[in-house]
Amino acid sequence: MKWGVIVFPGSNCDLDSYYLIKDVLKENVAYIRHDASKVEGFDVLILPGGFTYGDYLRPGAIAARTPVMEPVRRFADAGGLVLGICNGFQVLTETGLLPGALYRNRHLQFRCVETLVQVENSRLPFTAEAAEKDLLRMPVAHGDGNYYLPADQLRELEENNQVVFRYVDSQGVPDPAANPNGSVENICGVCNREGNVLGLMPHPERAGEEALGSEDGLVIFRSLLKYFTSQEVRGGA
Amino acid sequence: MPDQEKLWRKLGLTDEEYVMITGQLDREPNPVELAMYSVMWSEHCSYKHSRNSLKMFPSTGPQVVQGPGENAGVVDIGDGYAAVFKIESHNHPSAIEPYQGAATGVGGILRDIYTMGARPVAFLNSLRFGDLKSARCRFLFDGVVSGIGGYGNCVGVPTVAGEIYFDPCYEHNPLVNAMCVGIMPKERLVLGQACGEGNLVVLAGAKTGRDGIGGVTFASEELSGASDVDRPAVQVGDPFLGKLLIEATLEAVEKGLVTGVQDLGGAGLTCALTETASRAGSGLEIELERIPLREPGMSAAEILISESQERMLFIVEPDKFTALEQVFKRWELDLAVLGQVATGEDVTVRHHGEVVAAVPAESVAGGAPAYMPQSREPAYFKELAGFTSPVLPLAECAPALLKLLGSLDLCSKKWVWQRYDHMVRTCTVQGPGDDSAVLRIRETGRALAVTVDGNSRYTYLDPYRGGMLAVCEAMRNLSCSGAVPLGITDCLNFGNPEKPEMFWQFEQAVAGMAEACRVLDAPVVGGNVSFYNEVEGEAIYPTPVVGAVGLLDHPEQRCGIAFNEPGETILLLGPPETSLGGSQLLKEYYQMVKGRPQEVNLQMEKKLQELVRLLIRKNLARAAHDLSEGGLAVALAECCLAGGCGAELDLVSSGRPDLTLFGEGPSRVLVTVKEKDRHRAVQLAEAAGVSCVELGLSGGKTLKIRSDGKNILDLELMAMKEAFEEVLPWVMK
Repeated sequence: MKWGVIVFPGSNCDLDSYYLIKDVLKENVAYIRHDASKVEGFDVLILPGGFTYGDYLRPGAIAARTPVMEPVRRFADAGGLVLGICNGFQVLTETGLLPGALYRNRHLQFRCVETLVQVENSRLPFTAEAAEKDLLRMPVAHGDGNYYLPADQLRELEENNQVVFRYVDSQGVPDPAANPNGSVENICGVCNREGNVLGLMPHPERAGEEALGSEDGLVIFRSLLKYFTSQEVRGGA
Repeated sequence: MPDQEKLWRKLGLTDEEYVMITGQLDREPNPVELAMYSVMWSEHCSYKHSRNSLKMFPSTGPQVVQGPGENAGVVDIGDGYAAVFKIESHNHPSAIEPYQGAATGVGGILRDIYTMGARPVAFLNSLRFGDLKSARCRFLFDGVVSGIGGYGNCVGVPTVAGEIYFDPCYEHNPLVNAMCVGIMPKERLVLGQACGEGNLVVLAGAKTGRDGIGGVTFASEELSGASDVDRPAVQVGDPFLGKLLIEATLEAVEKGLVTGVQDLGGAGLTCALTETASRAGSGLEIELERIPLREPGMSAAEILISESQERMLFIVEPDKFTALEQVFKRWELDLAVLGQVATGEDVTVRHHGEVVAAVPAESVAGGAPAYMPQSREPAYFKELAGFTSPVLPLAECAPALLKLLGSLDLCSKKWVWQRYDHMVRTCTVQGPGDDSAVLRIRETGRALAVTVDGNSRYTYLDPYRGGMLAVCEAMRNLSCSGAVPLGITDCLNFGNPEKPEMFWQFEQAVAGMAEACRVLDAPVVGGNVSFYNEVEGEAIYPTPVVGAVGLLDHPEQRCGIAFNEPGETILLLGPPETSLGGSQLLKEYYQMVKGRPQEVNLQMEKKLQELVRLLIRKNLARAAHDLSEGGLAVALAECCLAGGCGAELDLVSSGRPDLTLFGEGPSRVLVTVKEKDRHRAVQLAEAAGVSCVELGLSGGKTLKIRSDGKNILDLELMAMKEAFEEVLPWVMK
C-alpha cells in the first residue's frame, strides 16, 4: 500500500505524517509537490497541516487552487481516499470536497492543546478499527478551526452520518468546555457523503507514539491499513 | 563641512568616532559611506561597550565546533551531527510595536540558524514585562505572545520552552529575547564568508523596502516618549516567505550549491556585505540597481541600510548559479545577482554606474572602537544588601504559598504556551512547563535538552552572584532533565553603558557568569548584548539571560518534574543554607526587593549536578526538580501539580519555618526514588559529597508539611491548582 503526503508551499506538518507512516507503521510513503500534475499510484492521499501560502486570503484558499488539486479532485471523485488534517481540512473545505468552513477560533487565539475526541462514525475506511463512541486523545494546533455550517446543511450532515469526530469531555459529552475553538455542535471531523474524503482539525499524526503522549491517533492510520490489506486479500482470492 | 557634521551626529556617531573613520579611510566619508559606518558602528552591531568584557567568557571546549563571531554557535552532539543555537534580543521594536517586534525577533534568530546550514528544530524565549496592572502592559504582553506564535507557528518550528517575569522596571521597556536551536550534519556547516574571487554575490527573498531603516541605531539609544515616531524603524515580518527561504536555503546547502551564506538582519545589506567580506579578507563589487525594490526612488543609503526582513545573501560559484536558481524557482523565490567577490579588501558599491561607496570591509565591520567604559558601584548596592529579613508567622505559611503560586512570576504560563505550537515536527518529548524541554533527534536516536533562565532581581541586588546564578540555574535545569550541558548562549540586557553604575552592573554580571561557565564546563558559543534598556533615565534591572543546550543518550532517559506515583521517597539534595534576600517571598508578600541572594559554591554546584545526572542515568530518580524562586515549598507544589499527586513531609526543625519553606539558595534539587532504591541513592549522594535529606513520601491529594510534630503547611492540591492556573487567564481577560 502506498501513502502520499502532499506538500504545498507553507505546509509544515508534512514530515509528521511522513515519519509516522514510515517509522511507526513501516509503510511505503512519498511526498507529492503542489505543482504535480498526477497523483497516480497512491492508495491514500494526506493533505497535512501547516500554513499554506501563509494563510493569506483565507487558510487553505490559495492551496485549494494549486495544480495538484485537480488530480486530487479526480482521485477523490473516483473514490480514492483523501485525509485532510488541520490546514489540510481547510484546503478540502476551500476546494468544496468537504462541506462547511473553518472560521477563526471564537476566542481569536491560536490554540495548541490536547483534546478529547469522540468517534461518531466508525463505519468508514478511516475509522473502522475504532468502536462507535470511542474516545481519542489528540492535540489540536490552529488559529482557524471553528467549524461552521448553516443549520439546514448541518441537519443534512448529521442525518448522513457525515459527522465523524466531536470534541467531548471525559464522559463523552460534547460540552462547550471541551470545545477549543467554538465549532458548531463541537464538530471537529467530517467526511463527504460518499465517505472517502475525511477532514479533521485534531492531529492524529501527533498522537502516534507513547513518547509523544498518546497513541490514540494511530487508529485512523491502522483503519486505512486494514482497509487496504483486506481489499488486497479479497482481490487476490 | 557643516552639513556633514550634522549628519554623523544625527546618525548616532560621536565626534571622536567620526575622526576615527576619517583616519581609517584616510579621507572624509561621503554620506552613503557614513550611513554604512553609522549602522555598523552602532552599539548593536559593534559591541563597542561590551567587547572587552565579553573576552572574559570561556568559549572553547572539545565539543565546540564554532564559537562566537559567526551567525550562531555550534556544538558537537555525536554521530557526526551538531547543534546550532543562539539567542537574541528584540526589546526596543517590541516596546513600540509588540506583534511585529516579537515576530521579527523570532524570524531574525531563525535566519541565524539556517544560515549556518542547520534545520531549525526549536524556539525558546525569555520575556519581561511590567506588572500587568496597566492596559499598556497587557497590550504589550498579549502582542508579544501573539507575535512569537504568529511567526513560529507559521514556519513550523515548535516553541518548546521559555520564561516570563513581571516587574515594574520593565513597564516601558519590555524584554523579548528569542532563541533558536537547529540540528545539522557537521560536515554541512557553512560560514558567512565571501571567499573566492569571481564568485557571485546573490540576494534572495523579499524585495527591499524602506522598513527598518536605522533599526540598529534605534536599538542603541534609550527609549523616550517620542519613540513612537521611530515606528518605521520596526521591521515587518512575513513568516510564509521565511518558511520558503528555510527550505530553499537548506536544499541549496545540502546540494553544495553555495560557498557562503549570510542572512540580512540588523544593518541589512551593509552588515551582510562587510561582514562576509571582512571574515574572508576579500573585496566585493556590488551594483545596487540590481536589487529588487519594494518602492521606487529609494536612495543608495536607504537600500544599503534597509532592514527589510526575509532576505538572504549567498556567495555562489558561477557554474553553480543555474542549479541554485532552479532550487529557488521550485520554492517560488527569485534571486538577484548583485555583483561578485573581488580582489582587495574593499566593498565597492555602484548605483547606476556611479561609485557611491568604496570602503574597507574590515574598517566598517570591525573597525569600531572598543571602549573601556567607566565603572562605579551604585549607591543602592550596599544600601539594599544590609537588611534583616522579616519573620513570617507560622499561620501565614499556607496563605503565603498560595500567594506565591498565584503570583504572575510563578503561576502557570499555560495561557502563553498554549498559543505556541510546541509539538510540530513530532520531536518534543518533553514540552513547556518542565525544567527543560527535551527534543528527540531522529537522525541519531539521541535527545537534546534546552532551557532559558535568568533572575534579574538577583542580578540587581548582586550582579556578580546574579550572573553566576543565572548560569548555574540553566545548567541545573538541563541536569534535572538528565542532560549533560554542552554550551550556552547569552542575552545580556542592561541599561546605558555610558553611565558608570550601569556599566558596573554589566561588568560584574559578566564576571560572575564567566566564572560559573569555567567551573561548570559551559563554553559560551554565541550571544547578544542589548544596552540602553532605559526609558527617561530609568533602567531595567540588569537582566542576563542564559540559553543552554545539553545532550541525552536517548529520549527515554529524560526525567521530568512531576510526582507521578504515590509512595516514592522525596529527597532534598544540596546544601541547607538559604536566604530570603531577593526572594520571591519578599517580593510578593512584603513588596520588598532587598538583601542579597545566597552565595554560590560552584564546586558544590558542579558536584550536585553530576549527582543528579548520575541518579537519572542509573534510573534511580523518578522525578527531579531544581529549587529556585519560592524555595522548597514552591518546588514541591510544582512537582505535585505537574503529576496530580500530593506529598507528605516531615522536616527537621530549623526554628525558621519560613526560611525552610521559602528561603532560596543555589545547588539544591528535589528528587524522588522508589523505596527499593532509596538506600542506593543516599549512598551515591554520600559518595559524591552532596548533602541528602529524606523529606517524606509522595501520595494523596494534599501537600502536608510537618516540623517538630507541628503541621506547618496543609494544602489541598485543588486549592493550589486554582491559585496556580487561574491568575493569568483572569488578569488577561
